[in-house]
Amino acid sequence: MANNDVLAQIDEQVKKNKIVVYMKGTPSFPMCGFSAATVQVLDSYNVPYESVNVLEDPAIREGIKRYSNWPTVPQVYINGEFVGGCDIVREMHANGELEPLIRAAAQE
Amino acid sequence: MPTGIEPITAEEIQSLIRDALPDAQVRVRDLTGGGDHYEALVVSAAFAGKTKVARHRMVYAALQDAMVQRIHALALTTLTPEELNPAEEQNSGLVNIQTRNPR
Repeated sequence: MANNDVLAQIDEQVKKNKIVVYMKGTPSFPMCGFSAATVQVLDSYNVPYESVNVLEDPAIREGIKRYSNWPTVPQVYINGEFVGGCDIVREMHANGELEPLIRAAAQE
Repeated sequence: MPTGIEPITAEEIQSLIRDALPDAQVRVRDLTGGGDHYEALVVSAAFAGKTKVARHRMVYAALQDAMVQRIHALALTTLTPEELNPAEEQNSGLVNIQTRNPR
């Protein structure tokens, strides 16, 4: 039961926020190099986004991996869709695929 | 640090990925020398037509329990042979990887 509660909580966060990143630490104080690199990409677009520090909540830290069937943090969601982790987000940033997604989400 | 769990080696990561993707060229690098932060380049025709998320999931699936319990961090690059070497279709030797991988 508790497991499903966490997944429901995550689902609500993901759907409520246009752009949300699950990370270790916060955008100002990332606690992991991969999380730091990911927020650096997001910050470069100058749009508001939500962040969830998984280190503050062990249930979310485990739950987010099951929610997306993705074994690592950070995880970026845009418009309720899982976009990817650090490598994918950086690659999409570099090849221009990320910007239209971010801009569209930020404008709605 | 979990106790009783052996750190994984680059060779083990490589062979787990090869078991799942037999055609794959796999290059694994231990970023810190400490057996916990790795970087892997995986080149396989099986990635063709798949999204990056789907490709990474294929690699994560190959690593299964090791991913959850033994690997702290794995930076992944997943390419098809054509993406690795767009100019020369059939020549996808590992020799070219380092110069073509923008890192």
